[in-house]
Amino acid sequence: MTSDGRQEFAENAELGDIRELKGKKRPKTRPAIVLNEHIVEIVSDSGEGAQRCGQSLAAIAARSGNGIWTVEIIPAEIQPPHRSIAGASGNRVRIASQPVTNGGDEADLVVALNEQVLLSRLHAGEIKPGAIILIESMWQFDPNPEIATAYASVCAKIRAEGYRLYEIPMEAECQKYVHDPRRGKNMFVLGMLCAIYSFDTDMAQAQVRFTFAKKDQKVIDANIELLDAGRNWADDNLDLKYEISSHPVSAKQVVMNGNAALALGVVASGMEVCSMYPITPATSASHYLSDIFEKVGCVVHQAEDEISACTFAIGASYAGKCAVTITSGPGLSLKQEAIGLAVMAEIPLVVINVQRGGPSTGLPTKVEQGDLMASIFGGHGDAPKVVMAVSSIEDCFYSAITARKIAETFNTVVIVLSDAGLATAQQPFARPVFNADWLAPPVNQSAVPEDAKPYDWDERTGIATRFVPGQPNGMHCLTGLAHDRDSHVAYDPEINEEGLLQRSRKLAAFQTTLRLEPVYGGDDGDLLLIGWGSTRGAIEEAVANLRAQGHKVSSLHLKYLQPMASGIDAVMDRFDKVMTIENNWNDPPDDPLITKANRRYSSLANLLRSRWLVDIDCWGKARGQPLKPASIMQAALTKLEKP
Amino acid sequence: MTAPMSQCLMQMVQTDYALSDYQSEIAPRWCAGCGDNAILTAMQRLCRDEQLPPEKTVCVSGIGCSSRLPHYMNAYGFHGVHGRALPIAEGVKIRRPDLHVFVTTGDGDCCSIGAAHWLHAIRYNMNMTVLLHDNQIYGLTKKQTSPTSPHGLKSNTTPHGAVLNPLNPLTVTLGVANVSFVAQAVDWIPDLLYETLSKAYHHKGLSFIRILQRCPEFMDHRFDDWVRDPSKMRILTHADGLRLKPEVSRIYKNQETHDPRDMGRALAISSLNDEIPVGILYRDPSVPCYDELRAGERPNTPALVQTVLNEEFDKVGIWPDPATAPEIRE
Repeated sequence: MTSDGRQEFAENAELGDIRELKGKKRPKTRPAIVLNEHIVEIVSDSGEGAQRCGQSLAAIAARSGNGIWTVEIIPAEIQPPHRSIAGASGNRVRIASQPVTNGGDEADLVVALNEQVLLSRLHAGEIKPGAIILIESMWQFDPNPEIATAYASVCAKIRAEGYRLYEIPMEAECQKYVHDPRRGKNMFVLGMLCAIYSFDTDMAQAQVRFTFAKKDQKVIDANIELLDAGRNWADDNLDLKYEISSHPVSAKQVVMNGNAALALGVVASGMEVCSMYPITPATSASHYLSDIFEKVGCVVHQAEDEISACTFAIGASYAGKCAVTITSGPGLSLKQEAIGLAVMAEIPLVVINVQRGGPSTGLPTKVEQGDLMASIFGGHGDAPKVVMAVSSIEDCFYSAITARKIAETFNTVVIVLSDAGLATAQQPFARPVFNADWLAPPVNQSAVPEDAKPYDWDERTGIATRFVPGQPNGMHCLTGLAHDRDSHVAYDPEINEEGLLQRSRKLAAFQTTLRLEPVYGGDDGDLLLIGWGSTRGAIEEAVANLRAQGHKVSSLHLKYLQPMASGIDAVMDRFDKVMTIENNWNDPPDDPLITKANRRYSSLANLLRSRWLVDIDCWGKARGQPLKPASIMQAALTKLEKP
Repeated sequence: MTAPMSQCLMQMVQTDYALSDYQSEIAPRWCAGCGDNAILTAMQRLCRDEQLPPEKTVCVSGIGCSSRLPHYMNAYGFHGVHGRALPIAEGVKIRRPDLHVFVTTGDGDCCSIGAAHWLHAIRYNMNMTVLLHDNQIYGLTKKQTSPTSPHGLKSNTTPHGAVLNPLNPLTVTLGVANVSFVAQAVDWIPDLLYETLSKAYHHKGLSFIRILQRCPEFMDHRFDDWVRDPSKMRILTHADGLRLKPEVSRIYKNQETHDPRDMGRALAISSLNDEIPVGILYRDPSVPCYDELRAGERPNTPALVQTVLNEEFDKVGIWPDPATAPEIRE
């Protein structure tokens, strides 16, 4: 390092790769190292645009034909203190030559706009040992000696720990082009990353134009200038040149995050009413829906609370317009009584629960699969409903359509479980081709036969044809009280049991339509991992890696959790050991207090153990982070080794 | 609420509906002397007089004695969960402007467990008629103090007398943004109850009627002073409000001409202690209705959904040949 620190960088001495660059410029065309994949993180204080930078990088990579997966790094506060460990905000982008289904393991390259946010990621164990770190170097000249010292000591520490540290005067470089580099530095970083990963210049510029499409031309021009400046600076000054081989897409694709896919799925499902109350991390789905729903003549109603959001949706569904309410864990708890009403009165209703860490306010911005039991059993009394989980971004889109169809076919509640991980993760998928069958049919307003009953349950399926307001002769009083086929209040024991039977029978009838997904890996072997929801990609990647190492490990993914498809027992029988992999809590079996008599298992493990009377194990984490393939591999290896 | 043109045309070809067409096959099971019976009768008279097709009429309720009313109407009924009648009714109405929506709720249902929905329903001002059956007591759960119970009331939850002053549903409602129709009626003057209900029905927006209702089981004699002494009833009249029949006018001589546009006077009248006001306290037909503000401008057709989805897919599209991609735009 030189005292002025500008236009220079330092590298890790222990790698034996120090280059003194003063006065020299590197050749622009350096042969790129070809990689299979890289995980890139951009972290900054909140408001410095690291998230936008990461999203743009991901979009450029996706358009270039790379597989991508993004993970948002979100502080819990809107404006956390600057330069604070808790305030790290940004985006992780996994860029690969093949399609990827999860965020992968630790980051290979990190861009940090200050050393505190970098520490946050190091503490979280999210950065690979020896990873490349590009850090904003302006802090070393900070007039506040505490800041300058903090910066210097972190740099010294991470260099000592073997990371490849590049100190980059981003602020100073940006000042050459814009007055306030705090806004715009992210595009400089994007330019550097495009240079490092050899992305096409035109593609990058088009992406910047798209990102700022709503701003005026001056803003767009300034950002493109910064993008180009970042690219040139990196070409001139960095010895980092990679290429992640890509496969040009052979068919049209779209790239979006899970909440956007859910919102588009709601549009495609023909549902006309979404009634919601703001809650993280579900709200962005409603934001997007609010933007586009009116274009198709539909409405997003922001209700006064979660309970009214749910009952409003029930009212709309009752009147013939199947509705959706979108929420997260605490909202689900509040909706439970109303969900019970929809089950009891047999009104179709779609509830989307974008799960976050719980209980109580928990981890609002973080991922957890903690609501499975609450979804299935949360309400009082016996309230059978359908619970399904989404496992990819594409699945978010189609599940909204499927959920509406199930809800209206079986006149029941369908809970769709997504989570904070999928909510903000971006992934490309095949562009859906519109199908008019997705949409709901027009509301039936034809006359009901004179003697027809509103709950004329079919003895085989338990399904009754619903009478919708406006249908002549169909008048009846729907009630949450126990009722007979005429919808008359009935406290008679036989009638109560008949209602319970028919509502339960509908679930059994629906269950007969389910097909178990094929086992991933081999049909039999030493260990079967069973998962649900967003962990699918990480579990299957772990299985693929384990199998490549010669281990007889497979996995089974369950989309429907209530009811579950038949045949799970037969699959489990073909493996020596079975273990669920879940992003939720279970008691560690090696804890001195924990015994067979008191161990609390992960949710799916509980369900499978009680259903099939099998002593299966579970492995899970509830750290608020997506599960990593490497952690799953380690858990599987440990399980394989156990007697 | 107003009837759309198509409704009027339909009514011309429809056979006349009689009172019995709105009576369900279930006989009311309220206690003898319960004020709810009078409210039910007024509802059925209104439906008959307005010739509302039963299949286009929806009565939504929560939980409580009052909320049993939909079972006794031959119409579509929705007997929901405690406190949530209003949001259910809002959901019914949001995409079905053709339905006539009535809400029956009680003082516990509306002013206690459902209080948040009450305030916001007033603010949404959707086209519906809300009947608050206020008997100042929890009846179905057997005599607990309600938010409108008088101070000092001895009940199962306040055996030494209620320690709090009651909440006044009229002043609360009048204080909410977008309030557009507030009236009060009593079950023991059926003519005025009917007249008030009729005015409420014809109001465009949310019409809120508080109906003081006698509970012979748990609040017997609560309103005896007013039932026995018509001079303690203050009848609000106006060219734009109630117009009294001569026989009613002869009994209820304590009358005040009150302009329903006068919010200040409405609040003062609502706060009277010794006298019970009956009639229209406040009306402003110019307040926008949420259901109309949020009505879709375009019908939700498959072609439109396809177009909008494709527009959104284009924004996030990846094309095999970038040259064929449409220009990326927001």
